Amino acid sequence: MTELLLGTKKGLFALEGEPGTSFDVRCRAFAGEPIDFAMRDRASGRVIATSTSPFYGPKIWFADDPAGEWRQAEGVALPEGGEHALERIWVIVAGEGGSLYAGGDPGVLFESRDGGATWELNRPLWEHRVDEDWQPGGGGLCLHSIVPWPGEPDRLAIAVSAAGVWVTEDHGETWRRSNRGIRPRYLPDDAPEDTFQLCVHRMERAARDPQRMFIQFHGGVYRSDDAGESWMEIGAGLPSDFGFPVALDPSDPDSAYVIPLQGDYDRVTPGGTVRVYETRDAGATWSPRGDGLPEREAYLTVLRRAFDQAGEGEALQLYFGATSGEVFGSGDAGASWFSVASRLAPVYSVTAAA
Amino acid sequence: MAVVCVHGPLRGLAGGRAELEVDGGTVHELLRGLEDLHPSVVGWILDERGVIRQHINVFVNGERGGEETSVCAADRVEVLPAITGGAC
Repeated sequence: MTELLLGTKKGLFALEGEPGTSFDVRCRAFAGEPIDFAMRDRASGRVIATSTSPFYGPKIWFADDPAGEWRQAEGVALPEGGEHALERIWVIVAGEGGSLYAGGDPGVLFESRDGGATWELNRPLWEHRVDEDWQPGGGGLCLHSIVPWPGEPDRLAIAVSAAGVWVTEDHGETWRRSNRGIRPRYLPDDAPEDTFQLCVHRMERAARDPQRMFIQFHGGVYRSDDAGESWMEIGAGLPSDFGFPVALDPSDPDSAYVIPLQGDYDRVTPGGTVRVYETRDAGATWSPRGDGLPEREAYLTVLRRAFDQAGEGEALQLYFGATSGEVFGSGDAGASWFSVASRLAPVYSVTAAA
Repeated sequence: MAVVCVHGPLRGLAGGRAELEVDGGTVHELLRGLEDLHPSVVGWILDERGVIRQHINVFVNGERGGEETSVCAADRVEVLPAITGGAC
């Protein structure tokens, strides 16, 4: 049985099912509330969700069962009396050593050491944010990707739209930029090479090769072979190298899946055809994977956190949701696809657990 | 003391009460006083800057007010979600 947690514009949907069949909606929580992200923490078994009430602001919630009682987490706020207010929590990721990390707007990172009940702002990164000229992307100044390293609890990489990639090796005491090789097309050619006004859309690390990372950029797909120290463009061969999410097969460091959109001027699936593109040679070549996906008159938008995977290898499960409210899945590493659910609310995020 | 009236989820956070007597000379002081009485309210009406959230409206005796609006004993202060916050 696979569990999908969908953050949508109209609440959290918890779905259950087997790959190849439509899933059942087990419950809907936070009816009417925008849920930006939801995940199940393997360590505690809790479900943790983030909401941005248009009235009451961003919150983090936790529950043992998504159909049960939700409790509000504490500490999810910026320093009082400053010039900034927390706008949104975009993502929660389990780190090494039992910590959970939450990333949000305006370019903030929180850490929880008690399974998501209480959170603490990472102040050194926040000082960078306050002291430097970080520019927001269209979705705000969102810290949307958090990458821990196996066996290295003090090492973390984060990505911010649009402030690029940052790395810490001392558990967040100090941070440095890590953007060498990324070339934004939306800045003039004579922009400084060390600019960090970089609109990373999503960043992931290969499970079995800690040096290998992938980025879906705002125009460009990138790979790193040195744990994010440098990046090389690998988007040639895609119908468009603009998109938001990227997902990986944990068993294969050379694998990546992206969902191209037409471009930043038209953020829908190109030509009305929905295709996931797969590489198994670290981006040297890309192959369309669309068997079972809409082939015509389908203009979907898939947001940065709305693509996730469970399992690995030939049994790799892939799931993505669209702002149309449709959710698609594959139980065979993208070879074929099925409709998981349709006519839900606009999907902001998808996480899968098998 | 002024009377603060809360609605929706704020009522549950304020101990299940629709109306609460709170001390304060301005709307801001009143809302901080409400937070002191019921810490679960922190972050729901005022943000970290001490600003009333964009889609929350505060009325003092029926007139729209802001953080610095003066309040007197027996004034009635309504805290309501704005119509603009629930866009489809």
